[in-house]
Parts: sequence; C-alpha cells; structure tokens
Amino acid sequence: MKRASGWLFCAVLLTLAAGHAAFAQSAAPDPLAAADSYVNAPHNWQWWFPAAGSPMQAQIDWLMKYVLWIMAGVVGFVGLLMAYVMIRFNHKANKVPSQLTHNTLVEVIWLVVPTILLAIIIGPSLSLIWYEGDDSNPYMTVTVTGHQWYWEYNYQSVPGLDYTSYMIPDNELQPGQIRRLSVDHPLVLPVGEKIKFDITSSDVLHGFYLPSLGVQKYAIPGSIQNSWTLITKPGTYYGECNQICGLNHDAMPIEIKAVPMADYLAWIKVAQANYTENSLAPNLISSPPPVGQFAELTK
Amino acid sequence: MSFTAHDPHEVIAPDHAHDAHGQHGHAKPGFVQRWLMSTNHKDIGTLYITMAVIGGSVGGILSMIMRAQLMYPHNHLVTSGSEWNSIITAHGLLMIFWMVMPALIGGMGNWFVPMMIGAPDMAFPRLNNMSFWFLAAGFVFIMLGLTIGEGTGAGWTLYPPLDNAQYSPGIATDFSLFSLHLAGISSLLGAINFIATILNMRAPGMTMFKMPLFCWSILVTAFLLLLAIPVLAGAVTMLIMDRNFGTSFFEPAGGGDPVLFQHLFWFFGHPEVYIMILPAFGVISHVVSTFSKKPVFGYLGMVYAMVTIGFVGFIVWAHHMFVSGISDDSRVYFEVATLVIAVPTGVKVFSWIATMWGGSIEFKTPMLWAIGFIFLFVIGGATGVVLAQAGLDQELHNDYFLIAHFHYVLSLGAVFAIFAGFYYWIGKMSGHPYPEFWGKVHFWTTFVGVNLTFFPQHFLGLAGMPRRYPDYPDAFAGWNFVSSCGAFLSGASTAVFFYILYRIFSSKETLPANYWGEGATTLEWAVPSPAPHHTFEDVPVIR
Repeated sequence: MKRASGWLFCAVLLTLAAGHAAFAQSAAPDPLAAADSYVNAPHNWQWWFPAAGSPMQAQIDWLMKYVLWIMAGVVGFVGLLMAYVMIRFNHKANKVPSQLTHNTLVEVIWLVVPTILLAIIIGPSLSLIWYEGDDSNPYMTVTVTGHQWYWEYNYQSVPGLDYTSYMIPDNELQPGQIRRLSVDHPLVLPVGEKIKFDITSSDVLHGFYLPSLGVQKYAIPGSIQNSWTLITKPGTYYGECNQICGLNHDAMPIEIKAVPMADYLAWIKVAQANYTENSLAPNLISSPPPVGQFAELTK
Repeated sequence: MSFTAHDPHEVIAPDHAHDAHGQHGHAKPGFVQRWLMSTNHKDIGTLYITMAVIGGSVGGILSMIMRAQLMYPHNHLVTSGSEWNSIITAHGLLMIFWMVMPALIGGMGNWFVPMMIGAPDMAFPRLNNMSFWFLAAGFVFIMLGLTIGEGTGAGWTLYPPLDNAQYSPGIATDFSLFSLHLAGISSLLGAINFIATILNMRAPGMTMFKMPLFCWSILVTAFLLLLAIPVLAGAVTMLIMDRNFGTSFFEPAGGGDPVLFQHLFWFFGHPEVYIMILPAFGVISHVVSTFSKKPVFGYLGMVYAMVTIGFVGFIVWAHHMFVSGISDDSRVYFEVATLVIAVPTGVKVFSWIATMWGGSIEFKTPMLWAIGFIFLFVIGGATGVVLAQAGLDQELHNDYFLIAHFHYVLSLGAVFAIFAGFYYWIGKMSGHPYPEFWGKVHFWTTFVGVNLTFFPQHFLGLAGMPRRYPDYPDAFAGWNFVSSCGAFLSGASTAVFFYILYRIFSSKETLPANYWGEGATTLEWAVPSPAPHHTFEDVPVIR
C-alpha cells in the first residue's frame, strides 16, 4: 500500500482539520445532526437481530422467527422423544428389549411430516428471495468499492462525489465514537427512498454487510453485484466487512448516516465542496499502532 | 432381511486359537517393517488414528489460541492480522483433513470395514499404505504452510484473489495448496480401496443388504470422495498455476473469475461435509443398536437415506454462495434442493430413536456420546434449515451463526461420533478396557464445554459479528467471553482423554471377544480382542 510521506500526511491532516472547522462553522445546522438521534449499533449480551432499519430487515426478522419457531418445535419434539425413550426404555425399567425393526406407518409419517414442514417454510422463504433481489426503480445508486482496507462510495447521480471511508483507529477515537465501527467519512443516505448499491472490489474479495438493514453481498473484483435498501428512520447504522480480505479484515467497518431528504440535499453541497477527492482521507491504517488505549464502551 | 442376519451366532466362526501367540508361521515384523511399511489394515488404521490424534491436537491448540485471543476485545495475544489468518486457515484444514477424516474413514474404516464384511484385509494393501503416507506428507506440508513466513492467510476456503501471487506472495500458501493435493490423493486412493474391498471381498452370504450400516456409510463416503476430490484437485491446480505460472483462471484481468473458484471449491466442499458426517452416522447406528440391545430400526430406510444424502449432497453446493452474486433463480433452486436433505436426515434421526424405542438401554460411555451426537446434530440440523433459506442467509452468511451451525454438526456432531466409536471399539483395537468413570467424565466435560463454546455464538451471529475477526466491537465482548470459557473447559476435557489413553495402554486387563454382550451383533465381535494380526485365517460364512 502506498504511504503518504510525512509532510504530505501532515498537510492532509491540516486540510482535514481546517475543512472540518470550516464545515462546523459555515454549515450552522449540521446536515447530519438528525442521524445522531438514533444509533443502531450492537449492544452487549445482544441475542437477537438488530432492530430492523429497513423493510428488508423487518422481513428477514419475521421469516427468521417463523422458521426458528418451527425448527424449535422440531428440536423440542426430538428432545422430548429422546428424554422419554431414555427414561422409559432404560435397562432398569425395561429388562427385555423388543426386536422390532419395522413399522411402515411411522416410517411413512416421518417422511411425510418433515416434507410438509418444509413446504410450509418454502412459500414465504422464496418470496423473500425475490423481494431481496428486486433492485428496480431506485431513487439513487451508490457504487460501493471494497479496497484493502477501506470502502469507497461513489454517488452515481452526484458528479464528483466519490470518497473513501476508513475506520477510526483505536487510538484516535473521539467521545461518542464506537471502537471498530465508527469511520472518518460515513456513507450518507436519505431516508424513505430506495437506494441501490453497485458493489465491487478493486483488489480481493470483501463483504458489504449491513446487519441492521438486512444487506449482504460480496464485493468481487471484475464484476458488479447489486443490492438495495430503504432506510425507514433517520439514524446511524453500522456494518462490517464480512469476507476475509487480508490482515486488516476486521478494520474496515461501514457507517451509514441516514437523514431526511432535505438534510441529505444540504449535505451533498457540503460534501461536494469538502471531499471530492479520493485522496482526501489520509491512510489511517498506516498511522502509528495504538498504545494500549481502550475505547469506552458506548452502551 | 433383518439386521440379525449377521448375528455372530449364525456365523460359522473361523478358528481363532492362534490369537495369543504365533501367527501360524508368520514372522513377527520388526518396528520399522510393521509401522513404516505396513500392509495390514489394522496397523494402517492405527496409524490413521494416530494421525488424527496429532492433527486434532495441533488444530485444537490453534483453537485454544483463537479463543484466548477472542476472550476480550482489543486483545493482542495474536500479534498480527496475518498471524491470525494463518491460524484460522490451518485450524480449519487440519480439523477436516487431518482429524475428522483420518479418524472416521482412514482409522475406523480401515479397522472395521474388512472385519465387518469378513474380508482378510483391504483389496489393495500396498495402496492402503501409500494412502496413509501421502496424508502424513500432507501434514508436513500443512504445518509448513502454517509456519513459514506469514503463513497461509486466505481461510480454509482459499478464495482467490486473496491467495493469489499478488496478495499472498509467500511460499507458505503453495505448501498449503500442495498439502491439499497430498491429502486429496490419499483420500482418492483410500476411496478406490474401500469401494474395491466392499464390492468384491464380502464373505460368502454377506449380501449388500446384509452389510452393516457402517460399511454402507463408508461405501457412500468413498463414492463421494471419488467424485468430489478430483474437482478440488482441479481447482487447487488452477490456483497453483495462477500463483506460479502466470495463468488467469481466477483473475478478472485475464478473463478469469474468482466466483468460478467458489463453484469448484464448493462442488467439492459440500460433499466433503457429508464425507465427514456419513461415517459418523454409521458409527452411531452401531452404538445405538448395541446399547439398546436391539437391531437397527428400518435398516433399508437407513441405507437409502445415506445414498440419498450422498446424491443430493452433490447438487446443493451453491448454498455456500448465496451472497456471491448468483441469480435469484439459482438461489431459489439451491435453497429448495438443500432443504430436501432435511428429509433423509430426519429419517436417520427418527430411526435411531426408534432403535432405542422398546430397547433395554445401557448408558455406557459410547452410548452417552451417541445420544449427545443425535441431540446436538438435530440442533445443528435445525440451524442448517435456517441457513438454507437464501433470504435469511443474506443476513447470516459468514457471521457467527454460521460458525455455531457448522461446529454443532462437526465439533459436536462428527467429533462426538468419533469418541463414540473410540470408546465402542478401543477394546477391540487394544484388547484393554477403557476406565468407565473417566470416560463419563470426558463426555460430560466435553458436552458442557462445547455447548458453552458454541451456543452463545448463535447470539453473536444474530447480533452481526463477522467470522475471521481477531478483534471486534466491544458490544460483542460478553458472549465471546462465555464462549472462550467453554472452549477452555473443552480443552481441559482433552486432557482427560489423554489420561484415558494412558490408562488403556497401561492396563493389564483383557477383554473377551464380545465385551458388549447380546446387543453387539456384527462380525468384529466374533473375533478375539484385540483382533488378531490376521483377522480371518478361514473365510467366515454368513448364513
């Protein structure tokens, strides 16, 4: 990976700081402020899906419960059956074993009943596949490119808006940022609109994975994979790279700021002025290694 | 044709007076000749089991390192991402190719398939020896792949472009790839040997549908190996060519496609899952039948279920690739085909329970492992049905829910079956009993340990924790800590296992031919314990 020379690195940092200061002063109402009101991040001892941030995730959540309850019924039934057999046919309780080896009726039942259960599952399951695959008529399309080890977002409908997004290293975390999830330049999207992702990679495989929105696709070099989302509520959503991509595989999270359309349009103007260049973002991964700082748990 | 057809009482038992001393004029081979040049299926089986113990120990130590690293967020036990990646890669490959497969197929298969069908040995004894030594050479290569330079960091699935020459320049990756060739040749030769043995060397009267279920499971497994391994060999060869000879099979810049590798890999990789679990099914059938003192319920159904699983197992591979950009229609097909496998698998589970039904069940150590297997395999199967839903896999693919699922079917499934088989047959193999109390301690510590390790991983996956991460957001700390505690308990249970091995081999106690009594009806219980160097001097006849 190309390393910025020292002074260029400093200059970039200065520019960034200046830009950030200017940004904070000039745009009096922060266009991304609405996203701070709701943070959809994982929390400790979480044992179910994140709260659904999109209709797609809501459907996944529903189908998961549907399938899991049926399967819990199966596991529970088998468990009870085994418990009964172990107690009733324990060698102390049943001294003389039967030599029964066939019973056509039960053999037919345990072929037919599982088949019926699968048929019950398959219906809603298949409609979810087509729903997830339907990326037609989006409001906008963002090209998402995976790199070792950062993401690049290109807004196809906004000329020149193409920027990179790096994880905040552990030793540079600010209060309110989440270790290993917060990034320098989040992906900003309007709520209530269908957004299509064109996902690709510039080097190895990556995985564009947004658990709270129900989106996951490999980023594959040489081809474009499609997915889509529709974020229902302004807020901050997180995702991660989910296909092994080398030594910093765990250090390229995705942060999404979803804001109302008016704020999104305001942000576009700021963003076009402030980060039109890929190279704006310094290579944070190559900054000095963290020296034992622990991030505060945010929740 | 009930299972009782091969009751040893109906066997015209050959003369076994020779077991204790001389082997009827066969000179006793020296150590080097016996263990390095062996052509005896039992000695080769022992070598395979030794390989499995070594491979499992190394793979297990790697998993302990992994869980220690993941015990806390922001941990620096593993010093770099590349070190981490080579550890997870080697853990996966070692556990599959150098632990589960040699234990179940090479080890127990070699020991008991010829014995159960009344054959004097495998069809091609020297080929058998060659199979083992290819695997041993492969072990050396995989260890070099782990330790040289930065190691092999692409994960056990070896997806390019991460392991092409540009992103994994070190020679370590080549060693790992060649280790798969060696393990593959080993498996292929072994498969040919098993098929030839089972089809040609059954004793008179041992028809295919009188053959014990373990032999059927090995036969189906051998066909899966025969058809799947060449595809892996092709994919690995193309990868080696891409890395070293400038080809571009998987390089988009040269018209290649990284997704092509995924198709080839999983065309091998999915049957490989059944290669690992079918012999386990065979072992479980024998153990459940023996300790219920009942013949296996629905023998024919069990055979057809295995054949069906083997066949359908070949046409479901792309369910590993639901997020690789395959079309909606492919996702529909591969989901439905995958779900079909649940039906024959259900037949097996219900048949095991029906075998126990009406039995007189004794809870000896092998039976505990077998019952543990059935229940935990059902849990793993249930999460498998969940993951088979392409729509849900978009959320669950590659996260810890998947890790929990496949460790439930392998680490809690195949491994439990390995231990069930070990306790069931170790008396026949060594001639000494295992300590029952310690066997049960081993079972319970492992049972609690692995469940504590892997059950919380379902929660981590649902919360969105990706696999192959050495460090993770702090929100995942809680369940990771629990999981690591469980892993260390499982690790400690392995110490109990080694103590049991010591007790077995230092024991002076001897065992009768059939130390399990009336429930054990297959042919291996008609020969003395330990089984003599030459099992059958005369051909047994099954009425």
